[in-house]
Amino acid sequence: MKASAHIVAESDGRGGTRPSVLRGESPLLLRRTGRRGGGDLTVHLVGGAAGPLRGDDLRLDIEVGPGARLTVRSVAAQLALPGRLELPASRLAVRATVAAGGTLLWAPEPLIAAAGCHHLAATEVTVERGGTLIWRDDIVCGRHAETSGTVKTEVLIRYAGRALYRHELAIGPSAPGWSGPAVLGGGRAAGTVVLAGPSLPRAALLGGDAVLMPLAGPGMLASAVGPDIRAVAAALDPLCVLPGRTVEKLAA
Amino acid sequence: MSLATLLVLGDGRLPSGGHAHSGGLEAQVAAGRVHDVTSVGEFLLGRLVTSGLVAAVFAACSCAQPAAFRELDAGMDARTPSPALRKASRAQGRALLRAGRAMWPVATIGRDPHHPVALGALANAAGLGPLEAAVAAAHGTVTGPASAAVRLLGLDPYEVHALIARLAPECDRIAADAASRIGDPVDDLPAAGAPLLDIGAELHATWEVRLFAS
Repeated sequence: MKASAHIVAESDGRGGTRPSVLRGESPLLLRRTGRRGGGDLTVHLVGGAAGPLRGDDLRLDIEVGPGARLTVRSVAAQLALPGRLELPASRLAVRATVAAGGTLLWAPEPLIAAAGCHHLAATEVTVERGGTLIWRDDIVCGRHAETSGTVKTEVLIRYAGRALYRHELAIGPSAPGWSGPAVLGGGRAAGTVVLAGPSLPRAALLGGDAVLMPLAGPGMLASAVGPDIRAVAAALDPLCVLPGRTVEKLAA
Repeated sequence: MSLATLLVLGDGRLPSGGHAHSGGLEAQVAAGRVHDVTSVGEFLLGRLVTSGLVAAVFAACSCAQPAAFRELDAGMDARTPSPALRKASRAQGRALLRAGRAMWPVATIGRDPHHPVALGALANAAGLGPLEAAVAAAHGTVTGPASAAVRLLGLDPYEVHALIARLAPECDRIAADAASRIGDPVDDLPAAGAPLLDIGAELHATWEVRLFAS
């Protein structure tokens, strides 16, 4: 299945955000949720079909304009499933751009690597100087009491024209050493939050195997590994909140 | 290419400060994840295919083009989210550069480059090629924590060295892969990450007493 979805969030000029484009197709359906009129824009991804399965080629484009504030979530976990072996790995490519003064919170439910899946998740985010980004990705290694399928995630986040964070994680039977003590240490869930922009929290230990650390550029990474997704969520959920508007913006 | 020169570059006795670092092993020993020869072997494999691959790629690229050190150094920064690991990499890069300058005319690559960037520049100055630089980098990501494991856990050094020998073909494979990526845009180069190495390095940096710097 080949599908694409597109979100463009723009300022309505009165302190609110409107979707000038909100277009999806199964299995990447988009629903506007939350309060309408004058506030931030919230969009939920709604899975319109099982999967992704082998052979699926999915693409989501997100654009956040100057002064716009967009939150993207999903109604349920994404379950990567096996498919016909002769087909290529399933693939979800997410591209996002955030303009100066724009704010994007990406906080979908986790990606679950079901046994036998082969999935590639490629993320490329470009944030202009003065933009704000909170980018969350969680992964769960198999369903309950199940061995993990193969998933590779590739992330590139650029800020003000420079690579801020470039990371890949490979799990499952085709990734040697992935469950060993250097990578996930037998943990069944891992998650990250990349925060970038003018206003950042301080470095902190988040309890257990979870840390919030300053990147070399203008951003922070929270990284968590846990026996299950609850441990990861406990560490990372508090970071996935949009910063408040400044007084100046509220007055405008 | 001189094989003996490659041995000089890859020698653990090269006075470049590597003995002060455990490559993240000390943190995982403390966490209880590494406690015997088997778990050391799993640690070494996981480190080799993640940090080892990235180090091999950046060493190869730096060897091929030492003048691109700024871009490569920024690429390592973007792939090293842990400030403790950035500090450890730069400290080892600086120490390696100092040792290297006494042996060969190493190009100007800044005062404290990331270790793989320094290693690549040394290899270039020594007349070695990118594949050799990559082999030295990959091999080094295994031998450092292996010798730390012997000291931290009091393991049989023969058994631990057997682990290193078993990983040699994987080091070769990774080095060949790394050398084939020369010329790719830096943003496209491999970025294989290991969450527990980053998390462990940050936890380790808060300890008051530790045997290794990282």
